[in-house]
Amino acid sequence: MGDYMLTYIFKRLVSIVPVLFVVSIAIFMIIHITPGEPASVLLGLEATPEEIEALNEQMGLNRPIYIQYFTWIKNVFKGDLGDSIFMRMPVADAIRDYFPPTMSLAILAQLIALIIAIPTGIIASYKRGKPIDTALMSVSLLGMATPGFLLGLFLMLLFSVQLGWLPVAGYRPLSMGLGTHLYYLILPAFSLGVVQAALIARMTRSSMLDVLYNNYIKTARAKGIKEKVVLLKHALKNASLPILTVLGQSFGTLVTGAVVIESLFNIPGMGQLVLNSIKRRDIAVIQGVVLFITLIYVGVNLFVDLMYGVIDPRVRLDRK
Amino acid sequence: METIKQKENINEIRNRLLNQQRKLQRRKILSNRSLLIGALILLAMVLIAVLAPFIAPYSPSDMNVPNRLMPPSAQHLLGTDEFGRDLLTRVMYGARVSMFVGLAVSILSSVFGLIIGLYASYFKTLDHILMRISDGLIAIPGILLAIALMAALGGSIWNVVIALTVVFTPSIARVVRSSAVVIREQAYIEAVYMQGAGHFRILWGNIAPNVLSPLLIQATFIFASAILSEAALSFLGAGIPAPEPSWGNILQASKLVINKAWWVAVFPGVMLILSVLSLNLLGDGLRDYFDPHISARNK
Repeated sequence: MGDYMLTYIFKRLVSIVPVLFVVSIAIFMIIHITPGEPASVLLGLEATPEEIEALNEQMGLNRPIYIQYFTWIKNVFKGDLGDSIFMRMPVADAIRDYFPPTMSLAILAQLIALIIAIPTGIIASYKRGKPIDTALMSVSLLGMATPGFLLGLFLMLLFSVQLGWLPVAGYRPLSMGLGTHLYYLILPAFSLGVVQAALIARMTRSSMLDVLYNNYIKTARAKGIKEKVVLLKHALKNASLPILTVLGQSFGTLVTGAVVIESLFNIPGMGQLVLNSIKRRDIAVIQGVVLFITLIYVGVNLFVDLMYGVIDPRVRLDRK
Repeated sequence: METIKQKENINEIRNRLLNQQRKLQRRKILSNRSLLIGALILLAMVLIAVLAPFIAPYSPSDMNVPNRLMPPSAQHLLGTDEFGRDLLTRVMYGARVSMFVGLAVSILSSVFGLIIGLYASYFKTLDHILMRISDGLIAIPGILLAIALMAALGGSIWNVVIALTVVFTPSIARVVRSSAVVIREQAYIEAVYMQGAGHFRILWGNIAPNVLSPLLIQATFIFASAILSEAALSFLGAGIPAPEPSWGNILQASKLVINKAWWVAVFPGVMLILSVLSLNLLGDGLRDYFDPHISARNK
């Protein structure tokens, strides 16, 4: 078993190499599809010809494109994502400064999504075809059609402007106390989590339905095991693989969604960083952020895939 | 004499059968509530978009500063925005942007996705190359890739279409490829090949028509995602530039006046939700229509 598991892990690791290669090329090319010479794009409008020449020299921007790519990727491996001319700091440092709020937001949103989605999905599958199932699924359809930033705008209108219960916008770091932190983060996290909750709830329902009519569930019931145990232990455990996949994907979506939500709630995270960079056309920062978030996304999905192998022995045997 | 009569009989029977089939088909569409509701709402949106210049009460750029941020009234059914522009008019013109972007992106990515998916399903080496490229592009979260492309290309409606086409083509290519791979293995494809048909003929004459229904379903969902993404991009200020109204940039502006004017946020928001909802319903409905097996399981 140990051998199979190792082979499985190795195969999965190897399989992401081409993915990362394509990702890196795509991100590298962004600077080259920007109209204008790369050096002048990176330096902005006020750059003098001498500065442009110096950067060309430093980054090798007048050498053939594949050499430029190798120089760039070599630096990326060293953790050097280039410099932001506008912020006068390395892109990697900027990402480190702006990342914690985004992470907080994404994790809280994921928690909220799970708390809403899993019970909803289980109840809907258990009461399949009954009014409560129809109602829950209709609401989830509505949730899927509502983008997070729009829900955030509506909730802000209701809870902050009309009722005055929550702050309109802003962010307090965790260092100012968990209560304050959550007080400012709850609205954005909820707006972000609900869309995911809709998706996860639907997935939970359909994978529970795939399982619920199997014979071993009947057997469990016939043995007189409590309904709660049948649902949570026998059914949910076997329905958990597809749910796990959606979870992995949804975390990526959450981090991206956070980028948009942050701009609504003025949270100084990656979204704010990207937004400012779009206005200044600070392409180096945008490249860095896209690369960084994509790495997280790929990493989370890889982790989920490996968890498959742990949870379900069939998976690691299948792909031997 | 006998044979002519028999022929008439056969014709009559065939006609009756065809009629019955048509009736069944009509019933299948009418009993498919998702399909019906989705199609009706979408039709309304498309009509608003097409007819906006004729039915909108004002011009989308007419400013009337003394009338700024007026709540909904008889003159301005949905109120006015921060420059005193009529919100109803701007929301109608916004529908034009959304429908155009959605349609253009779903058509363009369907065409590219169909070509890529078909050829990938048929030639092994090409398959490896194309699928690794699409794996890579899918690995970059969609909105982020779109943001990066928009930052590079600059804000305009065509650049939004280009950026979103790049984002959504790989997912269509995957759907086409996975259906085409199954069809390629069918006996009748081999039969056509034995009869001397060339690759081109088999791909476009025999395989392509059979992948159209999954393609159509996927394209419907892409339509919805494209509308959402355009709104998000414009909301971030990386999509349609300001004076031209789009739901996304109206929503962006609404954020600044949210204390004083709820209507600026609510009406374009509801339109956005309705159009995405209608397309999701339509997509589900189409799936029910084309593939009753899958949907029966989830009911």
